[in-house]
Amino acid sequence: MILSRRSIILSGITVAAAGALPRFAYAAAGTPKRLVFVIQRGAADGLATVAPTGDPAFAAARRALADESAGGAKLDAMFTLHPSLAQTASLYTGKQAHFAHAVATGYRDRSHFDGQNMLEGGGARPYGRDDGWVGRLLTLLPAAERDAIAIAPAVPLALRGSVQVGTYAPSRLPQADADLIARLTAMYANDPLLHPLWDSAVRTQELASDISGNNGRNGADLGKLAASLMMPADGARVMMVETGGWDTHSGQRGRLAAQLRGLDQLIGALQTGLGPVWGDTLVIVATEFGRTVEVNGTGGTDHGTASTAMLLGGGLAEGGKVSADWPGLGAAARYEGRDLKPTRSLESVIAAAVAHHYALDPTRVMTTLYPDA
Amino acid sequence: MAVQYLAANRFGLGRRFDDPAADDPKDWLIRQIDDYDPAPAAIAGLAGREAIATAYAEYRDERQAMRREAKNAQIGGDDGEAEAMRRMSRAGFRRHYGEAASARLAAAVATPTPFAERLVHFWANHFAISADKQTVVGFAGNYENEAIRPHIMGKFSDLLVAAVHHPAMLLFLDQAQSFGPDSVFATRVRNRGKRRAPGLNENLAREIMELHTLGVRAGYTQADITNFAKALTGLTVAGLGRGAGQRLMPADARPGETVFVDRLHQPGAQTILGKSYGQTGAKQAEAVLRDLAAHPATARHVATKLARHFTGDEPPAPLVDRLAQDFDRTGGDLPSLYRTLIASPEPWAAEPAMFKSPWDWTVSMLRALKTPGLGERQNIAAMFVQLGQPVWRPGSPKGYDDMVATWAGSAALMQRVELASRIAARIGDRADARALAPLVLADALTPETAQAISRADSPGQGIAMLFASPAFLRR
Repeated sequence: MILSRRSIILSGITVAAAGALPRFAYAAAGTPKRLVFVIQRGAADGLATVAPTGDPAFAAARRALADESAGGAKLDAMFTLHPSLAQTASLYTGKQAHFAHAVATGYRDRSHFDGQNMLEGGGARPYGRDDGWVGRLLTLLPAAERDAIAIAPAVPLALRGSVQVGTYAPSRLPQADADLIARLTAMYANDPLLHPLWDSAVRTQELASDISGNNGRNGADLGKLAASLMMPADGARVMMVETGGWDTHSGQRGRLAAQLRGLDQLIGALQTGLGPVWGDTLVIVATEFGRTVEVNGTGGTDHGTASTAMLLGGGLAEGGKVSADWPGLGAAARYEGRDLKPTRSLESVIAAAVAHHYALDPTRVMTTLYPDA
Repeated sequence: MAVQYLAANRFGLGRRFDDPAADDPKDWLIRQIDDYDPAPAAIAGLAGREAIATAYAEYRDERQAMRREAKNAQIGGDDGEAEAMRRMSRAGFRRHYGEAASARLAAAVATPTPFAERLVHFWANHFAISADKQTVVGFAGNYENEAIRPHIMGKFSDLLVAAVHHPAMLLFLDQAQSFGPDSVFATRVRNRGKRRAPGLNENLAREIMELHTLGVRAGYTQADITNFAKALTGLTVAGLGRGAGQRLMPADARPGETVFVDRLHQPGAQTILGKSYGQTGAKQAEAVLRDLAAHPATARHVATKLARHFTGDEPPAPLVDRLAQDFDRTGGDLPSLYRTLIASPEPWAAEPAMFKSPWDWTVSMLRALKTPGLGERQNIAAMFVQLGQPVWRPGSPKGYDDMVATWAGSAALMQRVELASRIAARIGDRADARALAPLVLADALTPETAQAISRADSPGQGIAMLFASPAFLRR
């Protein structure tokens, strides 16, 4: 019987995947480390999250959205943090936050599906891999640090691999998020039956939805939940947290502010919940690609290329720093004339951070996490 | 005209991910009449009537014993423990319902003959029972599987006789406790003079005329109903009742078996719709049933309901006429009606579109997905309660109606979106909505819907949008 790789993995018997992986010495044992991967699904706008206010072309390109970062923490001469990220700014001051800018995976088109597949799978092309970079990382970790869990109903691609991974989906987690509701509102706009039904449904629905909902408290709840799953002696050591709602094609100012407030609360709740363990924790926040430099006609931004990734935690190599080989925002400096040009691979940023965190050989980590690179 | 979409959704239960494209959708539908399997694998392992009846009898006996104990004990005793025991034995017969509901869903998702399977659901709803009564709960699935499934490709009269004779129907519409006022049994009770003699219950007779055959206000009188009820006496179910009639059951009757007890039957001829029925015993009611099945009012009533199911709230008169004539001409040959339906232009009109019932919608979602959309521990019965269409529990003998307004509600729509999101979250990137949309919506996929799906911010959101799209919500 010939089983496809995919069917083997879906059945939970990952023999083929395990056999295909190179074996390395495990990381040195010590205080169990924690790793949290927060995925921002929908392409988060790195240019608004960590705004290059020092770039002379920034204000002109962003026009009405140029002051989105007004009141935010000045990170250095070039960058300003979005004002919604207040707790994250405190971490930066305490050298517990690092922002890598102008980064992107190897993906150069603009489909969310394909981009997320590359971000999670870590392959050289979309759908090139059936396992994910976190899943492969687990094979390098000592048994005590290998328990992984996703706050999701099913194991996300990033965590799939030869090591069994748990999922946790509390039923009280909201199911229909605000972004989906907004899209369906557009979809039903011209439907004489569905339009009025949906309008009334949305009005009566209490939007206790994604991280942005409830003035960011949903994000705090998610962070608290994640911390509680990682605190016990036999708890999870590796965690993936899903966030959606980043696809800000219109009305970006309010939506992104709410999204980032939710993310900030999530990060704050993680830090508070993990307490002393925060010092042994690395949080990686990343998105599939960035958004256009120019604002579009509906007060939003469209699918772009490079964005920002965040590294947070008590033991960063370069806390309190924005790292970027800044390409500039002038028309000629952009990727395809429209996007922030990627000058560094997101894969190498993630691999370096992980290697430092677990004190593993950076080359081995890179070849394990991104074997096709 | 979205022929592929209509064949798959209006006639079928939604396209399966692995369904081959039908070159000739009408031929594909007609072939299902012959290919139909009345006993699909999904329902094979379900409990039979005897096990179901025994589980109920055990529950009832335990409950009685506990009541006696509670009465004997001066103080209430340990209520918590008694309640726990009661729940446990109740779970025994409720389990049969839950298992049958899950099997029904599995059969609908797996079936290679979705048009025929839709007809199973249609007829089970036409001859509706409702799992509200504890005696009926366990039998609900068995009713559909043993009374409906074997007869949907035969004569209407055989389907009627099978439905009326199933224990679920006899218990639901009180026939099991209806006794002839002048039957041997009732006469003896009356002569003893100790208590009120058992008597007639007209419930089943009335609903057969009003709902199953002639239709409401079709010209029958109260006398017709009473006389028909008398003709039906003697039909009951073994091994369930506590009533006096249970002692009269034939010695070899198994629990849960439909039996005819002559000593409960009203003797003599009965006049119904102007015709005298002089048959004796069980033959009398069956003769009435067969005449009712062949009545022109029945032809029109069945034609109207069938037409509405495939054309919408106001079925076009020419289609109803055509089906009624066909019914009259063939003596209620159901496959002939199905062929007429497929060959008629009316069901192939895109407008008005019907709104899928929660059942239809859920089945079509699960059929579209290669990866199971629901967890193994999902309580299927509870899920349909939440969606507003409890399986086999319409709450009345009229069944669920076939009107758009019944299912298209705002809270119901939000519930669907939430379930779609939940399923989509389970599936994640294991399915690509961009590839799935042209498959399941076929020639009804609009550029707007395709674009909206392709712009989703994640694979999961794309799947949720597909299942919540206007064309997917309709049929």
